[in-house]
Amino acid sequence: MTSTPPVAAVSQTAPEGGSDQAKTAIHGRSRGQLALARLRRDKVTLTALVICAALLLVAAISPVLSHWGVIDPLRNNPHLVTEVGSLPNGPGGGMSWQHWMGVEPGTGRDLLSRIVAGLTISLTVAVLASLLTVVMGTCLGIIAGISKGKTDWAISRLMDIVLSFPQLLMLLSLAPILVGVMHQRLHLPEGTPSQIGFMVLVLGCFGWPQIARIVRGQVLSLREQEFIEAARSLGARRAQLYFKEILPHLWAPILVYVTLVMPQYIAAEATLGFLGVGIQAPTPSLGSLLNDSVTYAVVDPAYFIFPGATLAVVVLAFNLLGDGLRDVLDPKGGTRA
Amino acid sequence: MVFFVIRRLLAIGVMLVVTSVVTFLLFFAAPTDPAALTCGRECTPDLIDANRHAMGLDKPIHVQYGDFVKGLFAGRDFPDDPVQKAQAPETIVHCEAPCLGYSFLRQAPVTELVTQALPVTVSLAAGAFVLWMLIGVLAGCVAALYKGRWLDRLIVGGALLGYSLPTFFIGLLLLTFVSIRWAILPIPSYTPFLDNPLQWAAGLVMPWTALAVVFAAAYVRLTRAYMIESLSEDYVRTARAKGVREPRVIVKHGLRVALTPIVTMAGLDLGGLLGGMVVTEQVFGFNGLGKLAVQSVTNVDLPTIVAVVLVAAAAYTIANLVVDILYGVIDPRVRLK
Repeated sequence: MTSTPPVAAVSQTAPEGGSDQAKTAIHGRSRGQLALARLRRDKVTLTALVICAALLLVAAISPVLSHWGVIDPLRNNPHLVTEVGSLPNGPGGGMSWQHWMGVEPGTGRDLLSRIVAGLTISLTVAVLASLLTVVMGTCLGIIAGISKGKTDWAISRLMDIVLSFPQLLMLLSLAPILVGVMHQRLHLPEGTPSQIGFMVLVLGCFGWPQIARIVRGQVLSLREQEFIEAARSLGARRAQLYFKEILPHLWAPILVYVTLVMPQYIAAEATLGFLGVGIQAPTPSLGSLLNDSVTYAVVDPAYFIFPGATLAVVVLAFNLLGDGLRDVLDPKGGTRA
Repeated sequence: MVFFVIRRLLAIGVMLVVTSVVTFLLFFAAPTDPAALTCGRECTPDLIDANRHAMGLDKPIHVQYGDFVKGLFAGRDFPDDPVQKAQAPETIVHCEAPCLGYSFLRQAPVTELVTQALPVTVSLAAGAFVLWMLIGVLAGCVAALYKGRWLDRLIVGGALLGYSLPTFFIGLLLLTFVSIRWAILPIPSYTPFLDNPLQWAAGLVMPWTALAVVFAAAYVRLTRAYMIESLSEDYVRTARAKGVREPRVIVKHGLRVALTPIVTMAGLDLGGLLGGMVVTEQVFGFNGLGKLAVQSVTNVDLPTIVAVVLVAAAAYTIANLVVDILYGVIDPRVRLK
């Protein structure tokens, strides 16, 4: 849907577009090459890809930036917040050349620095949770799809049960219990690491059924094909069958799913932060920043709008990328919105 | 059809039992001791033991679960102690038949807390549901009919933006600007429908909008995708060729087919909404199930948490059943099977 620039029907043998048009009239191209050619023509997805890559890069190097003093998320600037109620001086929440997005009311900490540092935490949670989701979902999906009968039945019912739990409510209600477990049983350091561990674990454990369903469906059709039978008759062991024969055919739906689940998890982290059970201040994350700023929403809207808008941009970029990748990798399918 | 419904009902019964067992284990087998949290600073070990006995937490976990189920159907006493009941009946708290537990922190039966909160949540959900279905399906149809033109791009772009904004961000923006800064709408509040239907709607219109923006976006995408697919079918061309009027073609031939996936998603979303209203209720300060959950989590009020999770899970499972039955109404082929 995002790739509204018309994607011409590309057939396996048709000569079409790009640099290799000059060479020969007819030649085969791999699925990867076809996808790449389609991606190059899809400006929206390319832009989203660049933005997502930039966001991930910023998130990755923000500890270094903070070490060098380029950003300083924890330094207080009391001289910048001398208005009534410790509100920032000047318009737009104290925007200035030193503080592009203004400063925090009360402490005077630089908002841009806090958003950049917060991005690291938020994206760490999202990436780790997506990984856990995908690994669990793929493994269980392959196993369910390939084994007939009882195992398939058991895994499918497990999916139904997990799906019937209200995810947000579970995250919320398990928070006080599981953050403690993280610290006591798994010996994660108290505070932020325990909170990250808890969010990754719960998001992963309640998120895997969707990808498992997709994978199971794919495997059900794959396993009837000749190459699987060939591998079986050649004496391939089960693990080999799962991971060497079937897994390579699944990378496209998995990749698409990861990019679509990332924004959900980024938003989930922010939502939990907003509800006060996620990452806690003073550690910045998009969630904890929003939680801090909610009380100032009326008197200092800039303090609330900047983290909120950042969150919206991050989520939007990943959504666009996911949608675009789906069109690129699977131009015929993708009717599901 | 009757047989089908009975079989589904049985399956749902099993699902609910499993869900309740899992929820029970998750919360009551957790390392936190709910009894220790029942009294404040004046706690003595004796008092904690007495409360543990009163809550029935001194029994093995499977007996506790049995008590819980018994309370659900026959009501139960806290503490469940025949000797004490005979000697001092005034110290016993009786919990009426659909007994979801007793909240020692609030000194009230959980069923009462839930039934107080339920109308608020249902009002929020029902209004938002009507709004987002109308907007979503209508805009999706329009986008499909104007596919590729600027109106389509506008709708699709808007939907993607709405899809990427978290509920609490939209809610807080609306609350801050529309209601507090510009004072266009009154500050949201809940009035029971039967007291004053107009005031009920006026107080709820903003949360409905906030919820509808996020959910409508998904329906725009879904409706558009399925409408484009169904309108390109041969029978649509046939219908047009034999002179069926355009509105009839769109509704009877196009939308009818697209309705099945829309109803599926609508049912599941509505079912999931009871547990997903946490954020909206928190933003607008409505005392619904979600807020009850947040408060119980903050106070580690385990009986209430378990009850809310179970009610939400039950709502989701029942929504599943309704969707299944509606399939038969929409698609006659399902009935024949």
